[in-house]
Amino acid sequence: MSLSDEEIFEKVQEVMEEALGVDDDEVTPEATIGEDLGAESIDYLDISFRLEKTFDIKIGESEMFDPNVLSNEEYAQDGVVTEAGIAALREKMPHADLDKFAADPQVDKLGDVFTVDMVCKFVKSKIS
Amino acid sequence: MRWLWLDRILELDKAKRCVAIRNVTAAEDVLHDHFAAGSANDTKPFNGGPTGCAPGTEHPAYPVMPNSLIIEGYAQAAGILTGHANDFKEKVILAKIGKATFTGVAATPGTTIRHTAEITHLDDRGSSTQGKVELLDSADPSADPKLLATIEMMFSHIDQNMQGLEFPEENFVFTDQFMDLLARSGVE
Repeated sequence: MSLSDEEIFEKVQEVMEEALGVDDDEVTPEATIGEDLGAESIDYLDISFRLEKTFDIKIGESEMFDPNVLSNEEYAQDGVVTEAGIAALREKMPHADLDKFAADPQVDKLGDVFTVDMVCKFVKSKIS
Repeated sequence: MRWLWLDRILELDKAKRCVAIRNVTAAEDVLHDHFAAGSANDTKPFNGGPTGCAPGTEHPAYPVMPNSLIIEGYAQAAGILTGHANDFKEKVILAKIGKATFTGVAATPGTTIRHTAEITHLDDRGSSTQGKVELLDSADPSADPKLLATIEMMFSHIDQNMQGLEFPEENFVFTDQFMDLLARSGVE
């Protein structure tokens, strides 16, 4: 499947609207899936299912979002992600822009990384 | 004892489709209060029910199956479909009602509710289903069924998605009650 960045975004936008019941103007590239669009844990599975169907791709468990990566004590201490943790996140989620997060790596701010743009980049990496 | 919201399974096509029915009877307690006879003063008109009572007058009882329990019936049909896909080895729980749109058709005593659930996605983590709920009237068996609702629903295999949490070994979702339903419906 060959799609432009704009086409990918439009389809991801539709997926978010369907899965989360949000309006298209809320689904901006910068919008975070959790905080801005209100996704709860089961919604990530729903989004994953819908992306698989829309783009005819297969998404492995925790491939796009991996909330468990920081359960390792080596990766997160006292609410802050360690350098090893940042490295693990970069390896597990190469589609995520972690530069801003790495400057102030508070665990409770990791959700800011899960943006619509990150989903688009993930899809692009899967279909290319 | 689970509250079983299906009487019979008519079709069970592995990992594809399940059709099941539930008869609505006036003997059900829930219908006695939904809706009971009462004063028109504080009652808003409801779907298909008696309206236009003069203030202060009484309106008759209007028993109708609540939409929430119709959703539960669909959930049981779609849940059986999801469980059957893996030979009931997974513990299948309702994870999300994506959409449930009701047409306003009322399921009154003496009618039959028919659930048709289809799997749109199935993997190790769970399933997505979509389907319809229709109403059949045995007083007019040749009439087309009336569309009552369309539903999208997701199910999760909890042993796959809730790592770290402990659940009983036995499959507490698909109890003997469900297995009896399958057996008496003649499906495997």
